[in-house]
Amino acid sequence: MIDYLREIISGTWSLFVGLGITIRYFFQPVVTVQYPYQTLPMTPRFRGHIELVKDEETGETKCIVCGMCQKACPSNCITVNGEKREGVKGKVLTEYTLDFTKCSLCGLCVESCTPSAITFSKDYNLAGVTKEAYIFDLKKRLEAKN
Amino acid sequence: MHVDPEIIRLLAFLIGVIAFAALNAAYLVWLERKEAAHIQRRIGPKEVGPFGLLQPLVDGIKLMTKQLIVPAGVDPVLFKIAPILVMVPAIMSFVTIPFSDTLVARNLDIGLLAIFAFASVNVLGLLLGAWGSRNKYAVISAARVVSQNVAYEIPMLITVVTLVMISGTMNLSKIVGLQMGGFWNWNILNLSASPLMPIAFLIFFVCMLAETNRAPFDMAEAESELVAGTFTEYSGMGFGVFFMGEYANIVIGASVATILFLGGWDCPFGLFPGVHWFLLKMYFLIFTVIWIRWTYPRTTFYGLLNLSWKILIPISFVNLILTSAMLKVF
Repeated sequence: MIDYLREIISGTWSLFVGLGITIRYFFQPVVTVQYPYQTLPMTPRFRGHIELVKDEETGETKCIVCGMCQKACPSNCITVNGEKREGVKGKVLTEYTLDFTKCSLCGLCVESCTPSAITFSKDYNLAGVTKEAYIFDLKKRLEAKN
Repeated sequence: MHVDPEIIRLLAFLIGVIAFAALNAAYLVWLERKEAAHIQRRIGPKEVGPFGLLQPLVDGIKLMTKQLIVPAGVDPVLFKIAPILVMVPAIMSFVTIPFSDTLVARNLDIGLLAIFAFASVNVLGLLLGAWGSRNKYAVISAARVVSQNVAYEIPMLITVVTLVMISGTMNLSKIVGLQMGGFWNWNILNLSASPLMPIAFLIFFVCMLAETNRAPFDMAEAESELVAGTFTEYSGMGFGVFFMGEYANIVIGASVATILFLGGWDCPFGLFPGVHWFLLKMYFLIFTVIWIRWTYPRTTFYGLLNLSWKILIPISFVNLILTSAMLKVF
């Protein structure tokens, strides 16, 4: 008889404890992020598609057109071209194209880049209707940024 | 031209009662979704109108545009009459509920009995709908609903009999009238009549949850086992009417609990009694019903029946005997 009553009382008490937990949650602020209207800051280690890094001193790319990224790429999605110019030391970058339709985001290009001229972008809003929209001209993107 | 004021009164209350039942059914869905969302720290409906307030309207339009499918092999009469059998008694129960000392459609001397009589028609509607559906999930669900309602009607009615013994009347207005003058006069704290009165309220509330098939006693539409239970074969507004009937029954249950235990339209401090206090208490109880749904998982069927037969019925009997003894002695 005592056990019967004790079970009822402890059971009822546990139910009230449960109600207490849910009502606490009820009054806490919501954690939903309304995505198209609100966004969370992207984590620093997010690996998006690659992007050229701007040299803070010259305002130009850091790329020396060595072609190491092109060689390192297992999917052959990077095309780098450069030319020799009068009065400029080394080669000048004329084309840097990333075929993002084939890229597997492995990061070997970023790892192999000696002057740290490429990095991962934080761009994740990637939706489009044509395949051509994903052949990125990274040089133009860098110039558009300036 | 002379019009009998009784006819105007009748029409006003008819429209008022139906509007109250329908509006409550619609907006309790909104309240349920909002409350569920906030308990889970989400936002809930927010796109349709400010704070999603037009959501019930849009839901209603969506349900009405859907075809009312009557599957082959169903009993056409029972299948069609069942949603109405659930909705109509729920609306009829509102007739006897006194919202304040003047706001009552029909002040019946047997109001309490009438409400419980109407409430049992609800089960009949669910049973007929399930049987008429010719669907095994629906029939299993109906069997559960009936045994659940039989099991929980007993402790509920024993508790109500206790209250009728204390009040000496079945007139709901008079029951509230006896509790006027502050919260210490309410039946829930009427410890001089029986020291078990708060527990009697708990029993009544649990039985009310079970009678209206609310979680954690929603065995009737245990989605994981029975698809949608009784409502499996219903589409469009057929389902919608069942759903509205269910919410109307919750409003009735909360109203009866308010009247019997929480002093109806009485103010807790004896100031300004009125319909606002009734609505405040009633909606607090409804809030609790939804709060309970989003706190507890569904019980097993045996757990449900054991709770009634092994715990609620014995305790409510003890309360009945104690009350009658105390009424005799004091």
